[in-house]
Amino acid sequence: MRTYVPITDAERKQMLETIGVSSMEELLCDVPESVRLKGPLQLPRGQSEADVLRAMQAYAAENAPERPLFRGGGAYYHFIPAIVDALTERGELLTAYTPYQAEMSQGMLQAIYEYQSLMCRLTGMDVSNASVYDGATAAAEAMTMCREAARKKKMLVSEGVLPYVREVLETYAPGAGIELVTVPLRGGVTDLDALRAAAEGAAGLIAATPNCYGILEDLAPMADIMHENKALLVSYVEPFSLALVKKPGALGADIAVGEGQPLGIPLSFGGPYLGFMTAKQKLLRLLPGRIVGETVDEEGNRCYVLTLQAREQHIRREKAQSNICSNEGLCAVRAAIYLTAMGPQGMREAAEACLRNAHALAERICSVPGFRLAYPDKPFFLEFLIASDLPARSVDGALREAGIVGGLQLDAHHMLWCATEMNTMAEMDAVKAALEVFA
Amino acid sequence: MIPQERKYTKDHEWVLIDGDTATVGITDYAQHSLGDIVFVELPAVGDTIEAGGRLAVVESVKAASDVFSAVAGEVVEVNEALEDAPEKLNEEPWDAFIAKLRIAPQGVEGLLDATAYAALVAEEEAKE
Amino acid sequence: MSRSVLETCFEMSRPGRRGADVPACEAPPCPYAIPQGMRDETPLALPELSEVDVVRHYTALSRRNHGVDNGFYPLGSCTMKYNPRMNEQAASYFAKLHPLLSQKDMQGALHLCYDLQNALCEITGMDAMTLQPAAGAHGELTGLLLIRAYFQKRGELAQRRKMLVPDSAHGTNPASAAMAGFTVAVVPSAPDGGVDLEALRAMAGPDTAGLMLTNPNTLGLFERNIEAVAEIVHGAGGLLYYDGANLNAVMGISRPGDMGFDVVHLNLHKSFSTPHGGGGPGAGPVGCKQALAPFLPRPTVTYEGGRYTLKMDLPDTIGKVRAFYGNFGVCVKAMAYLLKLGCDGLRQASETAVLNANYVMARLKHAYRVDFDRPCMHEFVLSTANIHGLTATDVAKGIIDHGMHPPTVYFPLIVHEAMMIEPTETEGKETLDAFCDAMLALAAEAREDVAALSRYPVTTPCGRPDQTLAARKPKVRD
Repeated sequence: MRTYVPITDAERKQMLETIGVSSMEELLCDVPESVRLKGPLQLPRGQSEADVLRAMQAYAAENAPERPLFRGGGAYYHFIPAIVDALTERGELLTAYTPYQAEMSQGMLQAIYEYQSLMCRLTGMDVSNASVYDGATAAAEAMTMCREAARKKKMLVSEGVLPYVREVLETYAPGAGIELVTVPLRGGVTDLDALRAAAEGAAGLIAATPNCYGILEDLAPMADIMHENKALLVSYVEPFSLALVKKPGALGADIAVGEGQPLGIPLSFGGPYLGFMTAKQKLLRLLPGRIVGETVDEEGNRCYVLTLQAREQHIRREKAQSNICSNEGLCAVRAAIYLTAMGPQGMREAAEACLRNAHALAERICSVPGFRLAYPDKPFFLEFLIASDLPARSVDGALREAGIVGGLQLDAHHMLWCATEMNTMAEMDAVKAALEVFA
Repeated sequence: MIPQERKYTKDHEWVLIDGDTATVGITDYAQHSLGDIVFVELPAVGDTIEAGGRLAVVESVKAASDVFSAVAGEVVEVNEALEDAPEKLNEEPWDAFIAKLRIAPQGVEGLLDATAYAALVAEEEAKE
Repeated sequence: MSRSVLETCFEMSRPGRRGADVPACEAPPCPYAIPQGMRDETPLALPELSEVDVVRHYTALSRRNHGVDNGFYPLGSCTMKYNPRMNEQAASYFAKLHPLLSQKDMQGALHLCYDLQNALCEITGMDAMTLQPAAGAHGELTGLLLIRAYFQKRGELAQRRKMLVPDSAHGTNPASAAMAGFTVAVVPSAPDGGVDLEALRAMAGPDTAGLMLTNPNTLGLFERNIEAVAEIVHGAGGLLYYDGANLNAVMGISRPGDMGFDVVHLNLHKSFSTPHGGGGPGAGPVGCKQALAPFLPRPTVTYEGGRYTLKMDLPDTIGKVRAFYGNFGVCVKAMAYLLKLGCDGLRQASETAVLNANYVMARLKHAYRVDFDRPCMHEFVLSTANIHGLTATDVAKGIIDHGMHPPTVYFPLIVHEAMMIEPTETEGKETLDAFCDAMLALAAEAREDVAALSRYPVTTPCGRPDQTLAARKPKVRD
């Protein structure tokens, strides 16, 4: 089969002659016989493109077909305009490496510079990096930023941060020499008394809004408590909500991080996604990974470069702030295209639609006897927690029967529901109808 | 060229000792070999530094170099002007100090005098 | 392209324009849903562009960029091979799959993960594999956390804190070791470019957690003494870590697991043809021997009772290193590539990568300095320092004007004025020849008048940027 290798047999022979060897085998002379593979790899032989795509379709066919989706939990189904795919599939961007050679990478550098600018504007912060892997690792990197900035080793995380994000923090903490302390929730939001009690000696707090139950939390008092203790506040935020609520920058957060997937990046079974990180100016040099800066060339023309590289692993090695080099560059470009196309108006409308649909859905679910909001007095954005005496398993089963992907089961009696601008009233009515069998 | 009243290290730092205070900077040779300095990571006032410990990090575009302290002691002052104008280390290395330390007992050892340092620089330059 | 400045999206903004719309919302307004104190009605400070403005802007940006699709990209250690378009199509089949569905609804994705894990185990000679890490450096951290957990379980962590790293290693190696809480000790290279065995023997001991090695190393040389290296490290009770950045040299020829390595990470965006997207996303699966398997990040993907399963209950796991299950979309592309090439194609890819690198080295070794007179593997390192006053930067910028991407420069650190050249297997002889001709022409020009090279590049939208200004007065946003 064809293998993307253009060298012909005749050329191979010529090339071996130029090299001055008689066979391929001579070129591999440094590989000791004892560590050579004795036969072929135990894998199937190569196939045609058509056969490969058929095989890939067969995998995809084993997944359940697409159905109305009312599930979030950190990954959200939003509309992606066709231009996002079309533009990011341009080979000049898709098939480039990190823009080390600035003169022939101005396109990617400017796109990332615009991404950084857009994320600063969205979060109300001063500076941004070029992205990290996802929201969870962004939180983990923010944790070490706090350690360095505050020169303290205790880090607080609110229980309202998504459980798997907290789990990633737990994984990173021991190597970073950080003691991680969880601040509990009370009534669905971060317990400020518990926070006050834990804040002494802490380097920072990571708190989420909306939190893992969809509730919008007030960051301002948390910022005050942290700052009184010479510690930092890291705000873990959902990007669409920022079109409707006060920005982390205005609320006193020192660092804003989060999952950028909602901004034009497909669900794709959990990745690749986009970890965004923005911060106050004074923390610029503690931001991990690539940062694009504006400068001029010899003629004074504006251009862009990877800058502040002396912070990074290829120069500082074991003293680097982080080991990250490859990030999620093209996902950042997707987010930049998405935000540029949506503009203030589009973002506002999409956010408003999420808010309205989520509330309409909550109203429908709660109109069925046996279902109620777990925190009825707390504001929510696009997700909310429903409590029920009915077992969540049977509720989920009934929704499956009705061809609906319902809320995420958090425990035996709680489900986390989500609606975005993509959900229709007809779908929400179908949810209600499916739940009414329990009434 | 090389100020006579100061002491030097093999890593091209200068130390000016006045009573129990040591003022530390990098030499003209050091700034020259580092190239354009773009950032200086300063210690915090109150930090205790061991002799040979990391006092600061000096960054050029393509390198980050540790400045190891020639003396042991507590940092009593840092040159905050370097935060906004790191180029001062290039432009006026003998004036732009990095930090001042209160010297710990037996905190100064093994420094070169100006003559010995001049010889070291001559040797390095011959190598290039 | 000639010198030009492109407007930013902010400069293009015209109040009242928009480039995307939102489905009509049928639900009633809920003005009191967000408390007054939290609300902020101010419009976001985003630009306002029409759809065609956005399309033209990003088309213009793309024309100021160079990818493998534009031309030769011999960036050493980055394996910039052709990225088959087929891969993109395959990934699109999974675009709308939510990661938190019921496991019976995601059988296809889990099946693919399972098959990919097994294929990568076979290629590397490992017993178990996780697809969770999102990039090579992330894989390194994951692999080192496995080693940490392994020694913790054995009660040896307090004592084994030292990670050995060769002086020729990628910068990520020591950075990852530090993030995993190890101290780093640098092992010198021997005159033949390999690990200095005597030095290694002297350094390895009861405090050693392991050695991180890439084989072939960053000089493009196969570590001939790999078995002796493994014996020394294992003899001291340490583990051997394989940095998979250079796997493209040995697929189907030799396996890290058979060389004695205990843990490996792979870069799917290098050897397995997934596009690097101008900085990412990549994927960095980690494989290990059985002794380390209990520590793999959770969940693992297994096949039990006729179903593919996400296994969460793993008492010794290091935990999660990333949300969900990894950069799945990248894994799909790698799987498509593996099916396309198969066992025969993988070996042919590696052999041709070695052939192409040796061919380019043979044509350039008399014009520039190559320190090691032995065959290279998939890449090699030359120095421009043999020509008085010539820098690697000058040659790189000259190559740009030939419409090709320059090699990696100033790495590895142990070679003065280094250029690290990795042609990959997907380039034709005429492309290799065009590159060699350009390199030879630049060497000849430099011998005539080395200063003349400082004017390059002249064909690009901008000249050499002022890096000092960018770093001294950082402007990282509009």
